[in-house]
Amino acid sequence: MKINVNGKELTIDVTANPSLLEALREQLDLTGTKYGCGEGACGACKVLVNGTPLPACITPAVTVQGKKVITIEGLETNGELHPVQQAFLEVDAFQCAYCAPGMIINAVALLEKNSNPTKQEIVDAMNGNICRCCTYPQIVEAIYQAGKQLA
Amino acid sequence: MKKSMNSQMDLYPEQYELHQQDLIRGPISRRKFFKRMGLGIASFVVVSDVVSAEILNQLDPSLAEDAIASWIHIDESGKITVFTGKVEVGQNIRTSLAQVVAEELFVEVEDIHLIMGDTDLTPYDRGTYGSLTTPQMAPILRKAAASVRELLKETAAKEWSVGKSGLQMEKGIVIHPSNGKRLSYSQLSQGKKLFQQVDSEVAVVPVSSWKVAGTSVPKIEGKSFITGRHKYVSDMALPGMVYGKILRAPANGAKLKNLDTSRAESMEGVTVVRNGDFVGVTAPDSPTANMALAMLEATWDRTPQPSRKDLFGHLKKTARNQPESKSELTDALSQASFKLNQTFTIDYIAHVPLEPRAGVAEWKGDKLTVWTGTQRPFGVQEELQRAFDIPKENVRVIMPDTGSGYGGKHTGEAGIEAAKLAKATGKPVKVTWTREEEFKWAYLRPAGVIDVRSGMDSSGKVTAWEFHNYNSGNAGIQAPYTIAAKHDQFLAADTPLRQGSYRALASTANIFAIESQFNDLAAEIGSDPLGFRLKHLQDERLTNALTACADKFGWDKSRKKDHGFGIACGAVKGGFVATCAEVSVHPETGEVKVIRLVTSFECGAIINPRHLESQVVGCVLQGLGGALFEAIDFKEGEVLNASISGYRVPRFADIPAIEVVLLDRKDLPPAGAGEAPIVAVAPAIRNAIFEVTGKKLNHLPMIPSGSITV
Ligand code: FES
Ligand code: FES
Repeated sequence: MKINVNGKELTIDVTANPSLLEALREQLDLTGTKYGCGEGACGACKVLVNGTPLPACITPAVTVQGKKVITIEGLETNGELHPVQQAFLEVDAFQCAYCAPGMIINAVALLEKNSNPTKQEIVDAMNGNICRCCTYPQIVEAIYQAGKQLA
Repeated sequence: MKKSMNSQMDLYPEQYELHQQDLIRGPISRRKFFKRMGLGIASFVVVSDVVSAEILNQLDPSLAEDAIASWIHIDESGKITVFTGKVEVGQNIRTSLAQVVAEELFVEVEDIHLIMGDTDLTPYDRGTYGSLTTPQMAPILRKAAASVRELLKETAAKEWSVGKSGLQMEKGIVIHPSNGKRLSYSQLSQGKKLFQQVDSEVAVVPVSSWKVAGTSVPKIEGKSFITGRHKYVSDMALPGMVYGKILRAPANGAKLKNLDTSRAESMEGVTVVRNGDFVGVTAPDSPTANMALAMLEATWDRTPQPSRKDLFGHLKKTARNQPESKSELTDALSQASFKLNQTFTIDYIAHVPLEPRAGVAEWKGDKLTVWTGTQRPFGVQEELQRAFDIPKENVRVIMPDTGSGYGGKHTGEAGIEAAKLAKATGKPVKVTWTREEEFKWAYLRPAGVIDVRSGMDSSGKVTAWEFHNYNSGNAGIQAPYTIAAKHDQFLAADTPLRQGSYRALASTANIFAIESQFNDLAAEIGSDPLGFRLKHLQDERLTNALTACADKFGWDKSRKKDHGFGIACGAVKGGFVATCAEVSVHPETGEVKVIRLVTSFECGAIINPRHLESQVVGCVLQGLGGALFEAIDFKEGEVLNASISGYRVPRFADIPAIEVVLLDRKDLPPAGAGEAPIVAVAPAIRNAIFEVTGKKLNHLPMIPSGSITV
């Protein structure tokens, strides 16, 4: 099956009915998208499908046919980090950083809709993503700053 | 259920710190070290440089003198490499250790390359836990770096035939005192083989003049994490690698009775591996591996196992010793004017590292390499050596920077499972645990029961204190207060579920009980909980932490309606912490909200303020979960809430306003920070709820439903 990921047309094998997460990680070597729970409850596996953040773990790969998938690896443009990535770096918004890709993807989607969110709006929009190292205040700060940048 | 010493040590390495013989069975002797080092300049540290005298007494002195514990090397190109067996699990020691080394060598943090946790490349290390990295590794690397610096200067001084003392250093270059000539570290290392043991007397840059250390350097290689390029073990793939899954029992204690593998084996690309009770499958991709696992038809014999509803009774009933009662204590209690006896109970909680256990294994002949996220790579090397009965030299364990541990990754299960499957199939194998496996088959923070009896005289002085902890452990069991008659005791018991280390170990349980009880004693006589504590405290550092926290929080301010304040403190592993909490309790619904948390923390000199603050905030917020709602539910040996949707962890919306006060004691050696700040959160919240409602919540978690009965 053909799949459009990060602007490229790629081919994946869907015989075993992989989830989008499994296809990205095991067939396309796009391992920036992480597994955390497998049930859509932690956000570690979020990717953008036609601009909407979806948990790739519970999204069958076959359902994204004809849609545009963006993963963490696809956020840079011409070697430039996305402002959200840049803000994560500047604020040092991670400890082990395992949650960071899913957080960043979700934040990118939030800022697309609402480029200058309040901290409360950030909390509400990000509540489906877990950071077990509990770097939450710094993550809110990073997204807030990225918003200020984009606004 | 009897456990061998070995498995006990794997799970609670901190409690067995005196079993140090392993340190010197490490693979790198001086002779080997000299042989394998290329040209350049290096300073090395031997085991006897790092361990305390108490431990040294138990070691063979000649071996301890010979075993290398860490080193810093500058090669001919000027590249600076630090070798340490410590590992990075999100505590950012890769950054903080690089900072102290960069400071002594007058270079930038980016110039320091750290090789960590690789049993072939780095010296033996018993593990990254117990907040030991900063107090032990940082000072010694500081000295090692300073020793290298002196070697560089000596080399330059010889070259120019001048005295060493007038030489200047900057940005990797030594500068002549008068004629401005310059020699880079690379030039100085050319053709040299200059290796010296660390000079324990070497002068280090005083903390007060730190420029790189002591500042908020961002996470090293942060960029590879936020672009998704960093390869955690679960992200790795080797050529020809297959994916493994393991057959698990339906509950603890169940034994495999019958197994039919034929349906799984008929699947294309699938191999079923069986070795006694170990059963696993491999397949070319994980959906197929999962399907094959589901095709295994197994029947099991279950044995009776305890359930959560019997947990606390079970722990008391199965205690291996009788609680002691000291006569001086009985006397002090009987003379007391006020008495207070309470029982505290603590549920099991899980670490839930966001990256579950993962292992990749590859055999080449009889040589095995395993990549796995563990806090104890050398411990896992020994587990593998035991599992396959091969010489240790044949086993290499590599630990790439990992998706957190919190004390939960001392073992190497996934790596061992991958190695077994790899051996049987002749292919490299990756095993990544599912979240469910992580909940059911990793280990948990111990549950516990704590009985406290205490008494006060008529002047409000606590005079008697008896403290019995069943099962959760010894750490933090001693109340920090001055009390004439004191007795505390830990009673090991039979644990229904697998348990082991967790951030700050049993301190979370013990300090919850101590600080709740002490608070209630103050309330008995209408005394201010802060003043009451200070009156009983002698420790200057804990006193400072308490007052700093109370000041920042505004302890004396008046409370809003339906709001309460609570305070608690504790000292753990060289860290001194106090937390103040403000909560609100809805007068009708009983809904509890944590409004604000202020935590003060002092752990000696600060190496990286931002990362320290991040560690403290992480500890406090993670502590919030165990305080309020995290608990493992289980029935007859089976964990019932083995999923993120069934086991609630703190999320964005749970986070109150939080402030951290860092007390920098430049005059004191730095201690670790990954654990201590977790301990005061739960009791501070509990005491705040008590202040506003008079309710004593003596069970952790306190408010799983979000509200209390009012
Ligand atoms: S792994 Fe998909 S939401 Fe957790
Ligand atoms: S930084 Fe470790 S899970 Fe978020």
